[in-house]
Amino acid sequence: MGETPKGFRYIGAKRRTKEDPRFVTGRGRYAADVALHGLHHVALVASPHASARIVSIRTDVARAMPGVRAVVTGEEFCAATDSLAIGVDAPSVTRWSLARDHVRYAGEWVVAVVAETRALAEDAAELVEVEYEALPHVMEPECAMMEASPLVHPAHGSNVLLHRNFVWGPVAEEFAKAEHHLAFRATWSRSATVPIETFAVVAQWHPGTEILDIWASIQMPKYPDQTAKALRLPGNAVRVHYDVDVGGSYGVKRGLKHTVLVGYLARRLGVPVRLVEDRLENMRGGDMHGPDRSFDMNVAFDHDGTIRALKIRAVDNVGAYAGRAPFQLGKPISAICGPYRIGAVAYEPVSVMTNKTPQEAVRGFGQAPTNFALERTMDRVARYLQMDQIALRQKNLIRKDEFPYTIPSGSTYDSGDYHTVLDKALNAIDYPALVRRRDAARERGLLAGIGISTCLEPSGGNASFEPLFNPKIDTTTWMDSCLVRVDLSGSITGIMGTSSSGQGHETLVATVVGEILQRDPAAIRVIHADSLSALPSNSPVGSRMAIMLGGAAAGAARIIRDTLISIAAHQFECASEDIDYRDGNTSLKGVPEKVLTWDQLVEIAHRKIHRMPAGIEPGLQAKFVWDVPTGGDLPTADNRVQVYPCYAFEAHVVYVEIDPETAAPQIKRYVCGHDCGVMINPDIVHGMTYGGIAHGIGAALYEKFTYDEAGQLTSGTFMDYLIPSALEVPPIEIVDHCTPSPLTTFGQKGSGEAGYLGAPAAVANAINDALAPLGVEVNELPMSHLAIWETLCKADAGKAGIGKEEKR
Amino acid sequence: MSDTLYPVSVEVNGETRSGHVPARTSLVDWLREHLNLTGTHIGCEHGVCGACTVMLDGEPIRSCLIYAVQADGHRVVTVEGLAHADGRLSILQDSFCETHALQCGYCTPGMLIAAQAFLDKALLERNPRPTETQIREAISGNLCRCTGYQQIVDAIALAARRLAAGAE
Amino acid sequence: MKSPSFDYARARSTEEVCELLAQHGDDAKILAGGQSLVPMMAFRLLRPHWLIDINEIPALKSVSFELDAVRIGAGTRQSTILGDDAVAARVPLLRQALAYVGHAQTRNRGTIGGSLVQADPSAELSLVARVLDARLVLRTKSGTRTEPAATFLCGPMTTSLRPDEILEDIHWPIWRERRTGSAFTEISRRHGDFAIVAAAAQVALDDEGCCARASFGVGGASPVPVAFPALARSLIGNRPDQAMLRDIAHEAAAALEPDSDTHASAAYRRHLAGVLLRRVLQEAIKAAGTVQ
Repeated sequence: MGETPKGFRYIGAKRRTKEDPRFVTGRGRYAADVALHGLHHVALVASPHASARIVSIRTDVARAMPGVRAVVTGEEFCAATDSLAIGVDAPSVTRWSLARDHVRYAGEWVVAVVAETRALAEDAAELVEVEYEALPHVMEPECAMMEASPLVHPAHGSNVLLHRNFVWGPVAEEFAKAEHHLAFRATWSRSATVPIETFAVVAQWHPGTEILDIWASIQMPKYPDQTAKALRLPGNAVRVHYDVDVGGSYGVKRGLKHTVLVGYLARRLGVPVRLVEDRLENMRGGDMHGPDRSFDMNVAFDHDGTIRALKIRAVDNVGAYAGRAPFQLGKPISAICGPYRIGAVAYEPVSVMTNKTPQEAVRGFGQAPTNFALERTMDRVARYLQMDQIALRQKNLIRKDEFPYTIPSGSTYDSGDYHTVLDKALNAIDYPALVRRRDAARERGLLAGIGISTCLEPSGGNASFEPLFNPKIDTTTWMDSCLVRVDLSGSITGIMGTSSSGQGHETLVATVVGEILQRDPAAIRVIHADSLSALPSNSPVGSRMAIMLGGAAAGAARIIRDTLISIAAHQFECASEDIDYRDGNTSLKGVPEKVLTWDQLVEIAHRKIHRMPAGIEPGLQAKFVWDVPTGGDLPTADNRVQVYPCYAFEAHVVYVEIDPETAAPQIKRYVCGHDCGVMINPDIVHGMTYGGIAHGIGAALYEKFTYDEAGQLTSGTFMDYLIPSALEVPPIEIVDHCTPSPLTTFGQKGSGEAGYLGAPAAVANAINDALAPLGVEVNELPMSHLAIWETLCKADAGKAGIGKEEKR
Repeated sequence: MSDTLYPVSVEVNGETRSGHVPARTSLVDWLREHLNLTGTHIGCEHGVCGACTVMLDGEPIRSCLIYAVQADGHRVVTVEGLAHADGRLSILQDSFCETHALQCGYCTPGMLIAAQAFLDKALLERNPRPTETQIREAISGNLCRCTGYQQIVDAIALAARRLAAGAE
Repeated sequence: MKSPSFDYARARSTEEVCELLAQHGDDAKILAGGQSLVPMMAFRLLRPHWLIDINEIPALKSVSFELDAVRIGAGTRQSTILGDDAVAARVPLLRQALAYVGHAQTRNRGTIGGSLVQADPSAELSLVARVLDARLVLRTKSGTRTEPAATFLCGPMTTSLRPDEILEDIHWPIWRERRTGSAFTEISRRHGDFAIVAAAAQVALDDEGCCARASFGVGGASPVPVAFPALARSLIGNRPDQAMLRDIAHEAAAALEPDSDTHASAAYRRHLAGVLLRRVLQEAIKAAGTVQ
C-alpha cells in the first residue's frame, strides 16, 4: 500500500467514483448520443491521393439525390471561414477543414455531404466526382529535407516547419573531457492513442439568439475561442457544452477542423448537423496521429558510469499540416535529461512536413518518445561499460536530498525520491529471483530479457516551451478554475469549465471540496458548465487536473469555509480564530454548547443579510482561478524556462520471453513503481497508470500507422492497426510511493500520462536484453514479430538456433 | 437502390420493440437511433473493437455485424437491461464500480455484456472461480484504451466470487 | 461506414435459398454469420442487390455423425462446434483450430460454412478442411454435388462455388485408427487475429508406433491453405525422429511462395511455416502416442 500522508479525511482513501454508476448502466451521454430534432448527418469525400491538384469537382448528381441537403466544397468553405490556428510561426501553412486546390495527404477531406441520414450522406458522397492531377509526394523527413523534394506547402518554401538548436550548459567541454562517447539512432514510429470513440460533434445554430451550440467529444484548450475565430464569429456566439462525456482522448480529441466544418454547415443550412467520424475517416483523415520521430543520440560518459552530457537531434514527421503538434518537440525540454544528473544538453528539434496524415497531441505530448530514446541510451551505456543497468541508473539518478533540482534547460524539479521508488519496484518483482528466472529460461533455449526504465512525468500543464519555438507567442498563464456554491438546502455543487474523457474530474472536485469543507463527497454534485457560463479552463491536458482543478476547487472551498467561519464569528461576536469548524458545523472554542450548524449558517448566508458580517456578499458561492505554480515567466535570453511545475516519477521493471524460433514476444511480468505525490483517488490514479502501460505496450510492440509507396495508409482499420487486447496486456502490479510536491495544495502531482511515459522504454529494453546474448539489438518501435525476427536473422544463425528452417 | 422498409419486432430488454427499417440498418444503429438505447456504442463498425456487444438470444455478439432485420423475432439484451428491475445495479455492474473498472465508459457497455455472458456460462458450467486467463480470454474481443484491463479483470473476478457466494 | 442499400430475404429452407439464387444469380449474396460479409458491405467493397439470410434454416445447423465422417451443416455456429465434445472426440482438429478463431462474440455468429466460403488464405477452418480433405456438399435448385476442399478453395477469397449454389454441409472425415493424434498452432500478432501463418497436422500410429497415416498443411503462406500429401506419405512406416520432422517441415516450407504485407515478409512466413509444421507434427505424433 502507498504511504499517503496522514491527516486527510477523504483524500487518498479507497472511495468509489462519482462517474462509474452512470457508465455501468449505459447512461453516459456522449456527443453521438445527442439527439436533436431535424438532425442532419455529414459524410466526407476523401482524397485518394497523397498529393494532387484538384482539377474539378462535380457535385450536381450527389446534390440531386433525395435526402441530400448540401454538398460543400473547399472553395465555398474556405471563402467563408478563416484558416485554423497554427502554433508555429509559419503563416503560409494554412489549414482548412476541406481542401481547396490541392490535397496533401491520402484521406484529406475534400467535399462534405449533408443528408438526412449518415447512410444517405455516404451514398451521395460516392456520387461526387472529383478530378485530380496526381503530384509527386514525399513520406519521409530525410527525403522531405532534400533540396529536390516536392514541397507539401510550396508557399512555405520548405518542408521544414521548425528547426532549432539549443545548447544548455558546457556541452562541447563535457564531450571533450568525457572518456567515452556513444552514438546511435532510436526510432519511434507513428502511432496514436486511438480512442474507441471516434471524434463526434453536433452543432446547432439559433438564429434568434445568434448562438452556435456545440456538443463535441473534445479535450482541448481554447477550443471555443478557436472555433469562433475560424467561423468569424464573436467568442460569445459559440457555446460549447462541456457536459458531454468524451469516450477517451489521451490528447488527440482536438477536432477543431471537424467542429468548424459542422458549425459552418449548421449555420448555413439552419438545421442541426452531426459528424461522427467512422473508423476509416478517423484513422486516415481525423488528423489524430501521434509523434513519428527519430532520435540521433550522442552521449558522453566516463568509465564509472557518470553521464556528462547529451546531444539529441530529434526529427519529427509532423504530416501534411501543422496545428499545434510540432510543439510536441517542445514539452520534452521540460525533462530533457530525464531523472538524471546530466549537466549539459544540446537539443536540436526539427519538425518536417510530409504527405502523411497530420499529427495531434498524444499522451505525454512528446515526452514518451523522448523517454524511450533516453532510456535506450542508458541501457546502451550500461552495455558498453559492461555495467549493471540498475547500477548505472542509481549512479546518475538525482538524489532525494538534491531537490529542488534545476536541470540545464531551466526547469526545476519539485521533489522526488527516485532511488526508493526504483528499489520498491525491484523488491516487488523480487529482482534477484527474476534474474534467476531469466537465466533459467535462457538455459532452456529461450530468449529472455529484463527491461528497466526510470522516467519522469512532467505535470501541471504549463506550456511555456511555446515561446522557444515561436517568439510571437508570449502566453504565460495556463490557469484553471472552479466555482463552488452551497444552495439554500445546504447542498454543495462544484462547477468546472471543461469536459472529461475518463479522468474522474467529478470525483476529484467532490473529494477535494469535501476534504476542505469536511462534508461527504458522495453528496457533492459536480457539473460541467458550458463555455459561455464557465470560468476559464485550459482543459485536461499535460497531466494537470489533479494539480490545477484540484487546487482551484480547494481554493474555492476554502473561501466557503472561511465565509462560514466569519458568519459564525459574527454571531458569537468573537474572532474567526476562536471558531471551531467541524463537519461543516461551527462552535465557539471552549464553549461547545455555542453551536451554529451547517444548515443554520447556510440559512443566514442565503436569507439573513442582517446577521451577516460586513463585506461578505450574500448567498454562498466562491470562485477560485489558479495559475500554474512556478508559471508566469517567459524564457530567458539563453533559452531557459521553467516548464511544468511538478515531476512524477515511475520505475518500470518488465520481464519478456521471446520464442527464438517464431520471434513471438511475450510479456511475463510487469511491475511499475510510481510516485505522483499525494493521490487524491488511488483507484483513478492506478487505473490511468495501468492504461498508460497498456498503451505503451501497444506503442512498443503492436501499433503503427504504416504507409505504402503510393502514400496510402495501410493500417486504417482495426484489423491492421493493432490495439492490444486483455491477452496482450499482462497482469500489472503497481507499487506506490509518495513524495509530496511542495508546490501544490495537498502535495499532489499529475498522473494522467503515467505508465505511458515509461512502458515503451522498458519493453524496448527488455526485448534488447533478451537479444543481447546474440549480440544484436533493435532500436525502432514497434518491435513487431517481423522486426524481432529480422533482427534475429542478423545474429549468428548457429548460436541463435534459428534460421534452420529458412536460411536467408 | 432499395427503399424497401422491413418490419422488425424484437424483444429488447424484456420489452417488444417494433418498427420498420431499411435492410441495411445495423442492429446497433437501430438500437441507438430508433430506440434511443444509446448505451450500446459504436467503435469501429467492422467487428473488431467490441464496443457494440449485445446479447442475442443470450449470447454476446457484435451488433455492428448484424442487420436489425435479422434480429426480427429474437431476444436482445443491452447494457440498459443489465440492472435489476428496481434500478439496483447487478452484481457485475456493482463490481465494476467497486474496482473502478472503467474510465471514459465508452467500452464499458460492451465489456459488461461480454463479461455477463461469461459469468452466466461459468455459473452454468459450475466454474465459480474462473481463472484470470479465462477472464482475459472472455473479454479479449473487447478493446479498452483507458484501463489496461487490470481493474476490469479484477471486477469480473470479484463478481464471480460474489455470485458464487450468493449461489451457495 | 454504412452498407449500401440492398433487399433482404429471410430464407426458411435450403430449397428457398436455391430458388432465390436461381432467380437473382450474381445479384445475390448469402448472409450467414456475417462476420466477414457485413464489414465488407460497410467498407462498400461489396454491393449485392440482395442478401439472402440463411440464419433461420434449422437444417443448415444440424450436426450428425456417420461412421467415417462428421456432417456439419454449413450454418452451424463456430461456438457450437467449439463446445461440442462429441465433435471434438471424432475430429479433434476442429476444436483445436476454433480456439484460434476470433473471439466469443464472433464465434457466436460466425458459421463453419461461412468461413470456408470466405476462403481467407489465413483462415483456420480452411486449413483444417484442406488437411483433413473435407468434402463440401453444394446445392443448387437442380441438385447437389460434392467437392473436396482442395478444389473448392481455389484462390485468395475465391472458391469454386457457383452463383446459384449454396454450401449446404461439410463432411469432416473421422480417422478410424485408434492411435490418432492431431495438433494445430499459429502465430498471429494478437490473440484472435487472422494467422500470419498457421499449421495443422493429424497423424495415426500403428501398434509399433510407426506412422500409419499422416496429413499436414499450412495456412497463411500461400493463396490457399496447402497440404503436403507426398511428404506425408514419406512418413508412413517410419518412426519419425526430430531430424526427419525438421527436414520434412523444411521441405514443405521451401515449396511455399508466400506474400509480404505489413505484418510479415515472405521470408518470415516461409520460416514460420517450417517451424510451425515441425511443431504440429511433433505434437500430433506425441498425442497419437499417448492414446492407449
